[in-house]
Order: sequence, then C-alpha cells, then structure tokens
Amino acid sequence: MYRLRLRALAVVFAATIMTTAAAAQELNVGLSGAVTSIDPHFHVLTPNNSVARHIFDRLLNTDEHQRLQPGLATEWKAIDETTWEFKLRKGVKFHDGSEFTAEDVVATLKRVPWVPNSPSSFTIYTKAVTGWDIVDPYTIRLKTAKPYPLLPNDLSAVNIISKKYEQAPTGDFNSGRAAIGTGPFKLVEFVPGDRISLVRNDAYWGPKPAWQRVTLKQISNNSARVAALLAGDVQIIEQVPSTDYAKLKTNPDVVISQIGGNRLIYLCMDSFRDQSPFVTDKSGAVLPNNPLKDARVRHALSKAINRPAIVERIMEGVAVPAGGLLPEGFFGASPKLKPDAFDPEGAKKLLTEAGYPNGFGLTIHGPNDRYLNDEKILQAIGPMFNRVGIDTKVVTQPWATFATQASAPTYAYSVMLVGWGADTGEVSSPLRSLIATPNKEAGTGGSNRGRYSNPKVDAVLQKALATVDDGQREKLLQEATEMAMADQAIIPLQYQINVWATRKGYVYAPRADEYTLAQSVKPAE
Amino acid sequence: MTAFIIRRVMQAVVVLLVMSLLVFGGVYLLGNPVDVLIAADADQLERQRAITALGLDRPLWEQYLVFVRDVLHGDLGKSFVYNIPALQLILQRMPATLELALTSMTIAVGLGIPLGLYAGYRPQSFLARTIMAGSILGFSLPTFWVGLMLIMVFAVELGWLPSTGRGATATVFGITSSLFTRDGLAHVLLPALNLALFNLALVIRLTRAGMQENMPMDYVKFARAKGLTMRRVILVHVFKNILIPLVTVIGLQLGAVFAFAVVTESIFAWPGMGKLIIDSINRLDRPVVVAYLLVTVTMFVLINLIVDILYSVLDPRVRLSDRS
Repeated sequence: MYRLRLRALAVVFAATIMTTAAAAQELNVGLSGAVTSIDPHFHVLTPNNSVARHIFDRLLNTDEHQRLQPGLATEWKAIDETTWEFKLRKGVKFHDGSEFTAEDVVATLKRVPWVPNSPSSFTIYTKAVTGWDIVDPYTIRLKTAKPYPLLPNDLSAVNIISKKYEQAPTGDFNSGRAAIGTGPFKLVEFVPGDRISLVRNDAYWGPKPAWQRVTLKQISNNSARVAALLAGDVQIIEQVPSTDYAKLKTNPDVVISQIGGNRLIYLCMDSFRDQSPFVTDKSGAVLPNNPLKDARVRHALSKAINRPAIVERIMEGVAVPAGGLLPEGFFGASPKLKPDAFDPEGAKKLLTEAGYPNGFGLTIHGPNDRYLNDEKILQAIGPMFNRVGIDTKVVTQPWATFATQASAPTYAYSVMLVGWGADTGEVSSPLRSLIATPNKEAGTGGSNRGRYSNPKVDAVLQKALATVDDGQREKLLQEATEMAMADQAIIPLQYQINVWATRKGYVYAPRADEYTLAQSVKPAE
Repeated sequence: MTAFIIRRVMQAVVVLLVMSLLVFGGVYLLGNPVDVLIAADADQLERQRAITALGLDRPLWEQYLVFVRDVLHGDLGKSFVYNIPALQLILQRMPATLELALTSMTIAVGLGIPLGLYAGYRPQSFLARTIMAGSILGFSLPTFWVGLMLIMVFAVELGWLPSTGRGATATVFGITSSLFTRDGLAHVLLPALNLALFNLALVIRLTRAGMQENMPMDYVKFARAKGLTMRRVILVHVFKNILIPLVTVIGLQLGAVFAFAVVTESIFAWPGMGKLIIDSINRLDRPVVVAYLLVTVTMFVLINLIVDILYSVLDPRVRLSDRS
C-alpha cells in the first residue's frame, strides 16, 4: 500500500554562540530609545545626545552628578559682565587627524542655527551667544547681550564638530562622512532603528576606553531588552523596567547600578483661569470660581497624596518622594523642602477652610506612554483625591495627543501629570520653564501648562539668572523654589531613579542625566 | 487580459487617493508632532521655529495639495523625525522585513502543505489528529507571548540562538541580505518562526479541508482506476485543485505579514518596516505614515493582481473578465 512519505523538516539550529566580550575587547549595549540621527545638532533628544557623546566632545563635560568638568575647554571664566573667556585644550586631534582650534568652536556655533528642518534645535543652548572673538587658536571669548551665568551649562550640551563640516547636511553625518569628532570612539556604521557600530579612537586625549569595538543596539521593547541581557547578547542595558528590578537584583549574573536622576514627576494645576474646564461641582457643571486659584486648595491636593505608597507599590522602590524641583545634591536644590506628608485629614481641613467642605469634581489628565508608570501613578492618585471628597475622574492618553491638548496655545486641561528632566542639572531649568510666568519674548514658562504666575518668584528668578557668582546664585534659586513651593505652584510627586543593569564582570558608573556611555563601562576589577 | 490589468490599475489609483486623504486627515487630528519632538526646555520661540520649519503652520488643505504635487514628482515627503526622504527610510528597512516575511512564509508553506496533505489523507490517524490540535494552538496563542517564550527558551535558557536583532549581511549577485550568512540565519529563525505560526495553522487547515473535499471526487476514482499511483494522483491532480483557494489566502497573508509584522519586529528588535510604522504613528511623523501606507496599498494591489492572474493559470475554467 502506498504511503505518503512525510517530509520531516529538520530544523537546523545554528549553534552560533553569540561572541560575548569575555576575551575580546568588545561591548554590546542595549539602548531603549530610538536614535534618529548622528548629526549632533539636529534634534535635542536624549538618545541622540547620548550617542553623540561617544563620537564628539563638548567644551565642558558633565560628570555623573551633572557637575561641570573641563572638556575641550580647560578653563573658563567671565572676564566681564557680558563676556566669557574659554581656554581651549591643546594637542587634541579630530578623528581625521586635523587639529582642534578655536575656529572649530566658531564653526559649531555657526552650524547650530543653520541645521535645516530641526524638530527641536540646539539654538536654545547657543542663542545667548551674540558674538565671538578668537584671541588666539586656543583662546576664545564669547559675548552675551546681558549677564548670562548659565553659558557654561548651556555649552555643555553642544557638541563640537570639525570646521570642515560646518555646512554638512544631516545626511552626511548619518552616512559617516561628516561624523568626525574628537571623542573617544569613531563611527563605523549607523543603521537607523537597528544599531550603531563604533571603534575606539586610540588618539583620544582623555582616558582610553576599555573597548576596541562597541555596538549600540536599539531594543525598545522592555522585556526583550532584559531578555537580551540575560541571554548575554548585550552586556549592559539602560532603563531597566521596574517590574524586572526585583528579579534582576537577586540574579547572580547581573549587577544593578542606580543613581537619583534629575527627572521630576509632578502635577500641574490650572491656576490661571477663573473657570477651568475640568473643575466642576459634584453634578458636573463647571464651577464659577476656580478653586485651584486658592493656594489652600492646592496644598490640600498635595497633602492628599500618599507619596511613599506610590513609590513602594507602583514604582517598586525605584523612585524618591519629592518636595522640591530637584533632589538634594543638585545645584540650587533647597534642603529645606521635604515631601508633603500624607495627611488626608489635614487636606480636608484646608478644603473646608477654603470653602469646599464637600469637595468638588475634578478630572485629572496625563500621558500613558511617556514616563515610567505614568498611567498607574495617575490611576492611584484618583482614589486618593476621592478620599478627601474630590470626585475625581482619570483620563490618560498617548503623549502625542496629550501634549498637543495640554500645552500652549490650547491649554485644554485643569490638572495634569507631567515630568521634567533638568538637562542643565540645576534648578534654574525647571524654574524657568515650569514656574515662571509664560512670556514669549523672555522665553519663560514654555512648559508652564497651568500658567501659574507669581511676580515675586519671577523677580527672584530673574535676579538669579543675572548673578554670575555661583554661591549667591544658588541662594537665590533656593529662595525662588521655596517661595514657589510655599504657594504650591506645582505638586511634586517623585524623582526618578536611573537604573542600569550589567552582566557580572562589567561595571557602570550611573549618571543623573540618563545617558548610557560606553566609555564609562569598565571591566570589573 | 490587458484591459483587465488596465482597469485594475485605475481602481488602484482611486484607492490610493482616498486612502491618502483619510490618513493625512487622521494623523493631523491626532496632534501636533512638534509637541512630541520638541525638547522639554525649548521656549515658545523655538517651538514656533520648529512648526514653521516642518511646514505645519500652513492650512491642512494646502499641506495636502503640496503633498500630492510632490508625490506626482516622486517625492513622498521628508520624515520629521529623521529628516531624510520618507521613501528612502522605508526602502532602507524593506530588505529586513522582506527577509522576515519570506522566511516565515516559506516555513508556513513548506511545513504546512505536507502536514495538511497528510492530515487530509489519513484524517483518523493519531498523527493527523495531533497536527490538527496543534494548528489550533497556532492561531490562538498570541504572537507577543509566543515570541517572548521563544526568546526565553531558546536564547536565555538554552543559549542556542541569539535573542535579538538582525544578523550580519552578505552580498550575493548584487543582493545584500542577512539570509546569506550563518549568523543572519541564526538571527532570523526565531522571529520567522514566531510570525509563521498563525499562517502555518491556516495553511494546514486549508490544505486539509481541500484534501477532504477533493479526495471523494469522481476524477480521483477515475485516475486510480486508470492505474496512476496514489502519489501521482495527490501530488499532481488533487494538489492543483487545492492550490486555488490556498494561493488566494497565502497571497493576502503575505501582504499582511509584510506590512504589519509589528509585534514580532518590536519583540525581536528586528529593524523592519513594521516597527517603523508604529514608531512613526506614536511620534506623529506624518510623512512616513502616509508614505508607508501608500507603499503598502500599492503592494496589496499588486499581490491581488498576481493572485488573480495565477488563478486563471491554475484553473482553465476561469477567464479573466471584468465583472466590475
């Protein structure tokens, strides 16, 4: 009898063991964010900035705590109210062998505003510079219109390119032709959405990286990134999801490194309008007098939130309750500001004092795909407000929709959950953007979605921004923050903790600015 | 035949136009891409500059007309996020998705047809019943979960295969693909398997149904009576009849796998077009979304055209007439 012979398909398992970097000086990094370009001036985006720091250098570097360190500039000082002088490092060579001089700095400053079609330009960091003066090849003076003490901080975000490529378009950087910097690694290949291949720059002026070859792999899916680490396909991952944190901590093959980051998660309240669209009475009609304009109501909302519970249950310990704009240790952070204790009775008392003994109705909005556990935090806050008598509805949306509705010029919401990462590593950044009165000409309040306005705070802030002396400026910034918190301008919830996981045998010095730098990954002793 | 093809092409153009209108409007309604892309500490002036630079300050109808004019010149717009032409971005990623789609369809068809033929030939046997039970798992298990399980078992626990990414590529006869290297094949196996499961189940069940429908027919009895071996009867005569519905479904599925392998590409960090589209939607990168859908619709139209032509080749009773 005829039988149909089954074709047994033998699946060939290629016994390709991924070459781990055990013997070879090779490092594979698992990145979470998408890198959109190698052009360091194209888009102010954390993944792009992180990768640019491998290939390029800046006049000033920032260390793990975002404090300024010498980079391509060895000394810097304000020689008068509107002039800063930078002494440049000698003997630095670009990857193509050319010498680094003051002309490259000028070429950089000219290119930044020139880059076409930038969705978010670096001019925010260079526009304070109104003119320059090349004193000699290794000394440059930069002029500002008025006293601007933050110029060194701003310049620590601007990568220096070679003057040969001043007019090179973004595509030339992506292809590698113009991606010539002075950094610890040279670009080999950029495959958008997949990986970036780097090779060590043996002529680097700074400490030599431990790795001859580095591959930065983009693995956006959280579980896949953790799996890649466990499988040994990558030796370090960033943005460790909080759900895997506990398991990885107990895993003998994995080492966790973490540091308090500069990102604040907070609630922003509409204290501008007399009638706010989502602040209603219990039946749903918009209240004629916006209770959020009363500082007592704002304080009550803050007291109603159980921050330690959110940190413990939702963030699984990977966050720190917040009372100010930046954690202690950052420039301008006030040690007097502690997170509000959980006090629902005190909240009810304040609400009664303000004239709302039975509370009111409220809808709180937030994104669901932007910050770690953003949706869950908002969903936890809803019942906390309910408990003190405020009937709360929670609405979360994708960031793309939420951001358009919540920001200028629409300002559609009343209470919003948002985050803020202080890129300059000091408190003037959130003060300027979140608390200062929105003013297009002055460039303040760009992210002040509640349009909070306190002229006294504005005055202290303006004074601080013009004070070149570090000690005095810090005191003024602390004063401005304390005044803003006394008035509950925003409700700070928590500071994120930045977590990295490496395989045993590798050590990473964690950074407050969330950058993952291959040159900071070292073999364990 | 030519009239048929021309008519189909005209229909395709209308479909493309309507779809581009819908997508353009839809993405516009979602939000302003500048709010997604702009740095947090950018001020209002910077935001205004970005809006003007990306051309978003002009009225919607003007933006659409500019877009149509550019398309007629072959320019599908520049990505807001990457600042390179959208079409170039898509074509850059296409080979990766092509590899994944072709490998997964090969697995699905190469495994599915023999298994389905056997299941239909000996439907009461233990093996056939196991195959059918297995096929239920194939289309009911979620791709997301299966993908993660495959990674956990084969990459993390056993360490046999790499867990993520695309392998090294090699160029053969001018075509660069990771399928030509051992490393590349190791990388493509798990994602292709993950993607193939659903289609494997589909092919098995279709083939078996086809077998069960055709085996009792008169022509099979006649062929056996004529003295042909069972092998020839099944593999030549019955197979051709089964192929007709199979080809239609495989064609559609190939298009779907090609265009929408988002979940698999996300889990395995496969740098393909599916991942590109979901990221672009999240970032409101409208030029890429519109260009991608234009490319996909064109591809679906082409595939359907080929399937229809194949149909007439396989079954001489079918004449390609315009029934529209």
